Amino acid sequence: MSDEPGAPESPVSPESPVSPESPVPPAEPPADPAGTQAGDGRRPRLGRLLIESIVEGNSVVVTILAIVAAIVVGGLLIAFTDPTVLNAWGTFFAAPGHAIARAWDSAAGAYIAMFEGSIFNPHTVSAIFQQKSLGVAFSDGTVSQVFNPLSETAVNATPLIFAGLSVALAFRAGLFNIGAQSQFIGGALLCTWLGFGVSLPPVIHVVVCVLGAFVGGAVIGWLVGFLKATTGAHEVIVTIMLNYVLADFLAWILGTSGMQRPGRSDLVSPLIAGDAHLPLLLGSHLRVNAGFLLALACAAGVWWLLNRSTIGFEFRSVGANPSAARSAGMSVPRSWILVMLIAGGLAGLASSAVVQGTDFTLTFQSYGTYGIDAITVALLGRARPLGVVLAALLFGALHAGGIAMQASTSTPLTITTVIQSLVVLFVAAPPLVRGIFRLHKATARGAGQSLAKGWNG
Amino acid sequence: MRLELRGITKRYGALVANDAIDLTVEPGQIHALLGENGAGKTTLMNVLYGLTQPDDGEILADGQPITLRSPKDAIRVGLGMVHQHFMLVPVFTVAENVTLGAERSRGLGLLDRRGMRREVRELSERYGLRVDPDALIEELPVGVQQRVEIIKALVREAQVLILDEPTSVLTPGETNELFTIMRQLRADGRSIIFISHKLREVQEIADVITVIRRGQVMGQRPPSATDEELAALMVGRKVVLQVSKSPAAPGEVVLAVEGLSVPDDRGQLAVDGVSFSVRGGEILGVAGVQGNGQTELCEALMGLRPVSAGSVRLAGRDITAQTPRQRIRAGVGYIPEDRQADGLIADFSVADNMILDVYDRPPYAKGLALDLAASRANAIARVAQFDVRTTSVDTPAGTLSGGNQQKVILAREFGRDLQLLLACQPTRGLDVGSIEFVHRRIISERDQGVAVVIISAELDEVYALADRIAVMYEGRITGFRPPSVPVEELGMLMAGAVPTEAGPTEAGAGPARTDPAENETPEHTNNDSAQNDQSAGESA
Repeated sequence: MSDEPGAPESPVSPESPVSPESPVPPAEPPADPAGTQAGDGRRPRLGRLLIESIVEGNSVVVTILAIVAAIVVGGLLIAFTDPTVLNAWGTFFAAPGHAIARAWDSAAGAYIAMFEGSIFNPHTVSAIFQQKSLGVAFSDGTVSQVFNPLSETAVNATPLIFAGLSVALAFRAGLFNIGAQSQFIGGALLCTWLGFGVSLPPVIHVVVCVLGAFVGGAVIGWLVGFLKATTGAHEVIVTIMLNYVLADFLAWILGTSGMQRPGRSDLVSPLIAGDAHLPLLLGSHLRVNAGFLLALACAAGVWWLLNRSTIGFEFRSVGANPSAARSAGMSVPRSWILVMLIAGGLAGLASSAVVQGTDFTLTFQSYGTYGIDAITVALLGRARPLGVVLAALLFGALHAGGIAMQASTSTPLTITTVIQSLVVLFVAAPPLVRGIFRLHKATARGAGQSLAKGWNG
Repeated sequence: MRLELRGITKRYGALVANDAIDLTVEPGQIHALLGENGAGKTTLMNVLYGLTQPDDGEILADGQPITLRSPKDAIRVGLGMVHQHFMLVPVFTVAENVTLGAERSRGLGLLDRRGMRREVRELSERYGLRVDPDALIEELPVGVQQRVEIIKALVREAQVLILDEPTSVLTPGETNELFTIMRQLRADGRSIIFISHKLREVQEIADVITVIRRGQVMGQRPPSATDEELAALMVGRKVVLQVSKSPAAPGEVVLAVEGLSVPDDRGQLAVDGVSFSVRGGEILGVAGVQGNGQTELCEALMGLRPVSAGSVRLAGRDITAQTPRQRIRAGVGYIPEDRQADGLIADFSVADNMILDVYDRPPYAKGLALDLAASRANAIARVAQFDVRTTSVDTPAGTLSGGNQQKVILAREFGRDLQLLLACQPTRGLDVGSIEFVHRRIISERDQGVAVVIISAELDEVYALADRIAVMYEGRITGFRPPSVPVEELGMLMAGAVPTEAGPTEAGAGPARTDPAENETPEHTNNDSAQNDQSAGESA
């Protein structure tokens, strides 16, 4: 066409002169990076966006400030639901200081009780000195009482660590595991049955029950992954539905002669054998047990799996970009199955902490709210093992402290639930927290994004 | 409406996307905005449509200054935009989409569905759009979806229509239809701003062509301007195609594809009984208008897309049923078409991305454990070797420029022992410097005896790299040609015209050629001719 045979050094191709194959003249600066990036810009799916904002979105500062904000709002709630405070407001104009002081007393009192119930209670130390001797103090458990709040925090945190790790691990592979509850029940059934139905030597019995809890949960988790991999069934729907299925199955089987405790008409299993109990760590007066150590070990294990193993590399790849993972030869369905199997097992271990660690039996509501709390914990912990442990400890402390608070002040236990929810609310809304505390978002990334949007002419 | 932009300037940090741009669009005019990717065309249109605010300059409609803070303002003054990516709700009907955001009701909040449908039908008939108001968007071909976008703008009484790269998603036939519609709109007194980087289309349809480069207006030309003149304005210098490659030394057949048929996502045959083979040390360039089955072919060869018939053999072994991982292990390298979607994990570090398909092999894996030190050492070496511009190997790959992202992929794929390299649009969206780098690397792989398949929509690229050209049209290969084939002939093949004298035969590489002097594309040296003769001789 317009090719110029006579001038071979400077022809212009009519087809697509936009991408000349010629080298850049040295003087010319390379084309701007934004322009080239923008052409490939893709809009991420909502789910992926959510995962990203959970995993990457919040800085540690935002998380801590979210907790602070939640505690402040919780304090206001405590103060303004307290009848004596409300009465004091009635006389606000006569004695304004009185109302404010009452409000402060109420909130502070509740939080102090909570602190004493979850971390350290100074009264327990003074109690030691009221004993005849230190020896007596040790033997009657007065010394243990000093550590009781921490022990209770650890005990409450243990199942949350397991279940939180379960949700977090699945998150990292791009799956929303809403089914920690069903996996908990799956694990609990096997664990409990092995606990009372089988007699084994002491140490082995503990181990077998723990493994049973893992396997029971893993089977339910595997089912979710298998269904997703083979039929494309969305894991959110499958896990939510399985929660109902397993909860009803649990209620049914606890009424059958094999699982119901003889002589009882309510839905409760026989007590598990004493040699299947998780060993206590700090003497008979404190409930903290080996389950806590196992939970910490699992957190370390999940960290290793995610960050230092080939399987974890695959999980993270599939979670971050399944399409690229597939192109690189990874099997996305295989990853889904495997990650749900492990996540299910971890949720199953949460049941071991409850059945073998504290309750020694299984009831139709043993699963409590662990399934939902696990999501909260994973969210707060930014789907990272250490974060999950810290978040679970916080929630464990809130729960342990909440019980103490309810006992010593008139504040209801549900306030802890409110605080938990507020933490999550604030964590899930980083702009809100940034607004409250007037933080500035690191602008580099934001600018880059607007650049990419606007610059693809 | 007479639309005037004066001194529009838009900066993003240090980058000046639009630098004092002046532009006047007369009523009843098709005004083409021509420029390379990244020249600033879309930014300018986003300014005009109220999506971004300019840092400087003013916009006048019929001589009156106007402020556009949002698309709503733009619509009110009579501007309509058809985006590159359509803004349609797939599960709604055409009429519902058209009225979305401009719903009319008959009181009591009832939608005036009948009125909506009537209006769509009227507009459709008036401009020959041929759109059924009751069709569901998701069931319509892309070209019709685009016409729905045009109707959307017309319903909102747009006097100036902005079409952002409208032909990039269209087949040649659909493009012609679009041009007919554009002419009718022009006859009706409406003006159109037509954004494109395709010279030929611009010359065909525009009344005035404004060329933009690096955010500046380089000049205005009538459509009668020559290709050379426009191209020179666009890229800022004479385009020189330099191919510095030695003759191919084809060896044994590495890839043999026999009667391959591949269905697309909708179950229709995207690749329809394709057969070809590629020898070691040879580059087969697959040319064709995008969307004629090249993407599906490439994915099928990589095992990413199931095939419905035919076989693929790699060095004699049937790999038709093998997984992508098995193919990677067998020495197939893959440069995917969409590097951000399929080639890289944007959140992962450069180092992680460089072991994305070898992470479970020594030395990067010891049993189940990753050897991060080995991965790091590998990444540092490859970053140096491939000149990847990154602050460190721990930088997330997504923050690199397109060219450097592509280098990361090349570094990863070329770090393995390859038998076959599948490169799909390997230089899409890259700057010229990166393009040259990628081309040199691909040629050096060929010289080491790797069989290479390049799939590219850029004819220049195919000419520059290929030792043999296959042309795809509607899922079939319409012909094999040597790289000395004239552009016109390739163009015919790409349009589906199968010349009678040379059918789509595998041995088409040589016999048609007689005289090296007929090499009409002067960018190809005599080396190419020699090499063609050689390969022809071998395949004979």
